[in-house]
Amino acid sequence: MTTLHIDWTACHGRGLCAELLPELLATDPWGYPIARTGGDVDVPAELHADAVTATKFCPRLALRLRAR
Amino acid sequence: MTDALWYLGRGTGVMALVLLTISVALGVAARSGEPLGPLPRFAVTAVHRNSGLIASVLLVGHVVTLLLDPYAQLKLIDVLVPFLGTAEPFWLGLGTLGLDLLLAVVVTSLLRMRVGVRGWRAVHWVSYAAWPVSLLHTLGMGTDAATPWLLALSVLCFVAVAAAAVYRLTLRAEVSR
Repeated sequence: MTTLHIDWTACHGRGLCAELLPELLATDPWGYPIARTGGDVDVPAELHADAVTATKFCPRLALRLRAR
Repeated sequence: MTDALWYLGRGTGVMALVLLTISVALGVAARSGEPLGPLPRFAVTAVHRNSGLIASVLLVGHVVTLLLDPYAQLKLIDVLVPFLGTAEPFWLGLGTLGLDLLLAVVVTSLLRMRVGVRGWRAVHWVSYAAWPVSLLHTLGMGTDAATPWLLALSVLCFVAVAAAAVYRLTLRAEVSR
């Protein structure tokens, strides 16, 4: 299992991650991602590939996947 | 065979310019922070990246075919060091310069996760020099530059990037108001 960490100082709310990972991330009214579970996001194995894509597509590199 | 190399060299050059234009226009437009109409943002980014990568592959084809082509008279050093060419050193040099700049952009982009946002962005600004240099190289060096179709295509490329720039600048003006 991996967790997805959002670096809030880097995030500009561009919203690509929420498009790529709608199962885990919603957006607030300003476009910033909100974890549907609160805090760091637990990434189930079947969504791991999508989470990697979201990490790579973040324009600000504000997402990090961490092994747990 | 010689003819094949010559035609391939020209064709890959023209298509590299078209794909580079698509990549630059989408990059300029996407950076505004607003979605491009109904298109998902990640899709715009994906096309921006892939068209840039395909342009690079075509550019490798463009350089390799013309390097092998006896008519083009390219030396190995002309591939990386600009303005040393035998025929038309200035227009050829612009192509070499464009290739060098694009190489820096592509390498830092592929290593973006390691380079970090700051370094990657700093190098990415070089694209704004690489694209006009490539367009000028096409118009100055291109065998087909005098033909109506390549002139029309060049105008279209210019309009695409100019439109993207206007879109981005007007959007920013609206936001700051």
